[in-house]
Amino acid sequence: MEREEKNEDKKDAAAPQPEPLPMAKSGAVEGPEVKPETVVAEPVPTQPLAKAEEPALVRAAYEHPLPIRITHWVHAISLFVMVTSGLRIFRAFPSFGPKIPEKVLLDIPKSLTLGGWLGGALQWHFTFMWFFAASGVLYLAYQVISGHYRTVLFMPRDISGVWPMARHYFFFGPRPPAMGQYNPLQKLAYTSTVGFGVLSLLTGIVLYKPTQFSWLAFLFGGFHLARVWHFAAMCGFLAFIPGHLIMVVLHGWANFFAMLSGWKREPEYQE
Amino acid sequence: MITRLEDKDLKRQSRRQLLKLAPVAALGVFAFPKVSDRLVAAGVRFSDWASGGLFRPQHLAQMFSDSDVVPFAKFPYNGYDVLDPEIDLEKWTLTVEGDVQHPGGYTLEQIQALPKISQNTRHVCVEGWDVVGSFGGSRISDFLTLVGANTGARFLEIECADDYYESIDMASAQHLQSLLCYEMYGQPLDRGHGAPLRLQMPTKLGYKQAKYLDSIRVTNVLKPGKTGYWEDQGYSWFGGL
Repeated sequence: MEREEKNEDKKDAAAPQPEPLPMAKSGAVEGPEVKPETVVAEPVPTQPLAKAEEPALVRAAYEHPLPIRITHWVHAISLFVMVTSGLRIFRAFPSFGPKIPEKVLLDIPKSLTLGGWLGGALQWHFTFMWFFAASGVLYLAYQVISGHYRTVLFMPRDISGVWPMARHYFFFGPRPPAMGQYNPLQKLAYTSTVGFGVLSLLTGIVLYKPTQFSWLAFLFGGFHLARVWHFAAMCGFLAFIPGHLIMVVLHGWANFFAMLSGWKREPEYQE
Repeated sequence: MITRLEDKDLKRQSRRQLLKLAPVAALGVFAFPKVSDRLVAAGVRFSDWASGGLFRPQHLAQMFSDSDVVPFAKFPYNGYDVLDPEIDLEKWTLTVEGDVQHPGGYTLEQIQALPKISQNTRHVCVEGWDVVGSFGGSRISDFLTLVGANTGARFLEIECADDYYESIDMASAQHLQSLLCYEMYGQPLDRGHGAPLRLQMPTKLGYKQAKYLDSIRVTNVLKPGKTGYWEDQGYSWFGGL
C-alpha cells in the first residue's frame, strides 16, 4: 500500500491534460457529479479527475509461466502419492539385504502410507508414476526450450552465494541483497529436486523392468543398488519438502499465490 | 522481469492465469475412494498395456554363474495357502485344454522327454526381494508345439492343485527362458516349491510362477475376474520384468 501511494505522488507531477473520451471510460467510477461534458467546459475539476485517470501502478512480475505452474502442482500431488504409496511398498520388504534372513530396517507406520496394502499401494504407484514422469518431461522440455531455466538452474557462479543465504536463514545472518527471481540457495534446492526426480524415475524404471532395461540396471550397479538409489532419491525429496514448505509459509501469501497465478505482486528484487 | 501495471489489471491477469491452472484440479477426483479405486486399477491396466509393448521376446533375462546362486536353504518357500496340496505324484497328469490339436492329460515323463533347459536366473518378488536360483525344465514353447497349441491365441490359463490360478500372455509364455519347471538345484521339485511341476519365467514376477500345475488352457478370452489369484485383488496382470 505504501508503495502504491508513493507511485501516485510521483505521477501527479506529470499529470497529463484529461481528454473527454478516456474519461468517459476510466472515470466512470468517479460518480455522477463528474460528467465528460463538464470537463470540457470547465477546467476547475481537472485536479480530482487527474488523480482518477492516473491510477496507482503496482510493481509485479510474471514469475511462473503456465507450464511451470502446471508441472509444479502435478509434481506436488504425484510426489505425495509416490512417497506415501512407496513407503507402503517398502513396508512389504523393509530391507535392502537378502530375504533369508530378513533384516527389517525400519517399521513405517501404516498411517503414513497410502493404498491399504501392497497391491493397493502398487496401483497408486503405477498410476502416478505416469503423471510424475509426464510432468517431469514437460517441465524439463519447457525449461530448455523457453530458456526459462536460466532463472533457476544452479551454476558454478552461484556456489559463492549459497553460504551467505544459508547463514541468513539458519543463523540469523544479514540478508544478502535479492539478485533475481531466485537466490543461490533456492537455485541449489530446486536444481537438486530435478536430480532427485531424474534419479527416482530412472531407478524406478530399473525396479519395474530390470530385464527389459537391463542396460539401465547395469548403469545403476544392478537391481539391488537401484533399489537403494530409488530410496535415496525419495530421501532427497523428503529433505527438500519440509524446508520448501517452511519457506513458503515464511514468505507469505503473495509469494505462494504467484505459484497459482504466475504473477508476483511487489517482488523483493529489482530490475 | 518487473512490469508496472494497474492494480485492477494485475488482479485481472492473475485471475485469468489462475483459471488456466484449473484443469490440474481434476486430479482431485483421486481424493474420492470410490472413484480412485477404479482410476488406479485403470492405471495398472494402462501400465500393463505399456509393459506388453516394452516386452522384447528375444531379450534374455540375466543369467548367473553357479557361484551367484543362493544356497537352496535361502530360497524362500512362498505359498498363498498351503505348501503341500497333497498331489498324488504317481497319478498326476497335466491337463491340456482349449485351442490345441491334442488335448488331454500329459505325464511328467512326456514333459521331461522334451529338451531340458537348466538356467540360473533371478526370481523377483513383487514385495521387493529377489533370489538367484537354479532351475531346470522344459520350454513352455516346446510343450505348446507338442500339444499342437494355436500359438496365435493370446493367453494361457493355468489352474493349480492348491486352487491358485494364473494367466499369462502368449508372447511371454513362448519366451526362450519360460519353463515348465520340474527341477530346482538339480533335484526334482520338492512339494513346497510346487511339485511336480511349476512355471518358471525369469521375465515375470514371482506371483506369476504358479506351482502345483493342474491344467493349461490355450484361449483368446480370459474370464473377467478370474485372471489370476493376486491379479484379481489388484496386482498387475502382466507382472513383467
